[in-house]
Amino acid sequence: MKSPGMKTLGILLLCAAAVPLVLPGPFYLSIATQVLVYGLFAVSVNLIAGYCGMVSLGHAAFLGIAGYAFALLTTSTGWPLWAAIPAAVALSVAAGALFGLVALRTSGLSFLMITLALGQIVWGIAFRYVDLTNGENGISMPRFQGLLASGTGLYYLCLAVTAGCLALVTILAGSPLGASMQGVRDQPRRMSTLGYDVWRIRYAAYVLSAGIAGIAGVLYMLLFRFISPHTLSLTVSSEAVLMVIAGGLGTTFGPVVGAALVVLLKNVASAYTDRWPTLLGLIFLFIIVVVPEGLLPGARRLMRTFGSRLATRRGPTPIPASPIKEARP
Amino acid sequence: MTALRIDDLHKSFGGLHVIQGVNFTVEPGERRLLLGPNGAGKTTLFNLIAGDLRPTAGQIRLADEDVSDLPTFRRAARGIGRTFQILTLFARESVIGNVIMALLGGRPQRWKPYGAVAKDPVLRREALEVLARVRLDTLADRPVSETSYGEKRRLEIAMALAQAPRILLLDEPLAGLSKEERGTVSALLAELPRNLTILMIEHDMDVALAFAEKIALLHYGRLIVDGTREEVIADPRTREAYLAQ
Ligand SMILES: Nc1ncnc2c1ncn2[C@@H]1O[C@H](COP(=O)(O)OP(=O)(O)O)[C@@H](O)[C@H]1O
Ligand SMILES: [Mg+2]
Repeated sequence: MKSPGMKTLGILLLCAAAVPLVLPGPFYLSIATQVLVYGLFAVSVNLIAGYCGMVSLGHAAFLGIAGYAFALLTTSTGWPLWAAIPAAVALSVAAGALFGLVALRTSGLSFLMITLALGQIVWGIAFRYVDLTNGENGISMPRFQGLLASGTGLYYLCLAVTAGCLALVTILAGSPLGASMQGVRDQPRRMSTLGYDVWRIRYAAYVLSAGIAGIAGVLYMLLFRFISPHTLSLTVSSEAVLMVIAGGLGTTFGPVVGAALVVLLKNVASAYTDRWPTLLGLIFLFIIVVVPEGLLPGARRLMRTFGSRLATRRGPTPIPASPIKEARP
Repeated sequence: MTALRIDDLHKSFGGLHVIQGVNFTVEPGERRLLLGPNGAGKTTLFNLIAGDLRPTAGQIRLADEDVSDLPTFRRAARGIGRTFQILTLFARESVIGNVIMALLGGRPQRWKPYGAVAKDPVLRREALEVLARVRLDTLADRPVSETSYGEKRRLEIAMALAQAPRILLLDEPLAGLSKEERGTVSALLAELPRNLTILMIEHDMDVALAFAEKIALLHYGRLIVDGTREEVIADPRTREAYLAQ
């Protein structure tokens, strides 16, 4: 029920809008766009895992269903983008509505296992149903025209969509429905005693989350113009969960921070070392040990502790001219 | 019309037969005390009435409506409010945040996906009114994690009151409280409106006997004594099962 960080979102949006102006080239711009796409995907996982307390290990299915649908509708069926995009997202929402009926019979570890199984089923279909999906070889899309053809245009489009979804999720988090989701996460038993339909609240969050993952799936296709079963794999699902945990479960910007961390490591560190997964593992270990609540809330806590330590170190009589004074919160 | 009517209620956990054929009725506005030694099945009975557990057999009627098959949240909507023996609060929220959650639970507004809850003046005002009834209005914005055990117990009651229940189930509302805090809580219980039907589990005899006109005694899942205060106190089985403990 904490008041949402819309002001922070505005400031970050301005900074993000300046990114293409300062980046040295298209390679880095593409990485920045990837951060936005995976960030949005992480936002969708955060909605169900962070705000509702249900960790899903099958969310890549929704990303992939929208991705495949978008690719097939535009290439094989020849639909225009404006029709293919909502159709692809709607298909992810429908899949979420269906999977939710199965997965939400459980919670906790069983929910994790069922979402994992459902994700693997979708992955299996993408892998085996070669006539439709071209199997392991995946589907490539031709270059887009106009705005989408330029890296800068695509970046701004992804920025607008991701920021828009983030704003909506932030509004939701502070709203009665969002408060209900967090209540269901923390005290499901009390919630039903108070008159809340716990199942329905979880279902609403799950379907909405599938829809946002679907939107991320469309952005994914606009950026990569290629999809294969790998996109629906457990690796992609679990990476999103790691992003959310690393950035801060149930926080507004945590998922995007976590996505930035993973994408940067993958793309930048892999240019210097083959051992980047080890590096990623070490960083996660560091996060779990030093800031188990995630980078964002952890940084806030460390800053508070550091700030108060500085304050006490200055002793009982504060020196008026001390430059440290400005550093106090 | 009876407020609550229980017919031949049974509940087993595996081979453990915890509630073994309980019958009783509670009239509107009645204050009924449920006594019984630890493990007698009192909390289980509350869980069956509230809907957290499904009976193995038997029927629960609320104001002449059979609610035995209704889920907990629908029974709440029909006017069952309860407190928990083991504190069940939203620990990350403020004191008032907890009461606001309770207020929202009974309103269609709970489905609204926009509009900040924290800034809703109507909810805040009503929550403060409820908090005043348990003398917690001065602590409204304190995080629950920074309140004392006694304050948490009163918040537990405030949340049930915020539901504006027709029948209130209080599960050991004085458990673990100091003498002074017990005085505060029993005073605020005495202030509750007379038309509110209350079923209370409590071991503190001074408070409980002052509160209730009628008493039921549960022993190994059976109601062995059920009657007015005087009848139950005078009954030798009461002493045997409970008071002699
Ligand atoms: N969910 C459960 N599963 C198994 N046994 C339970 C459960 N809930 C209560 N019991 C058992 O039922 C008996 C009655 O418990 P309870 O209703 O809590 O007693 P009381 O509130 O009268 O002290 C105890 O033996 C307890 O261990
Ligand atoms: Mg009990």
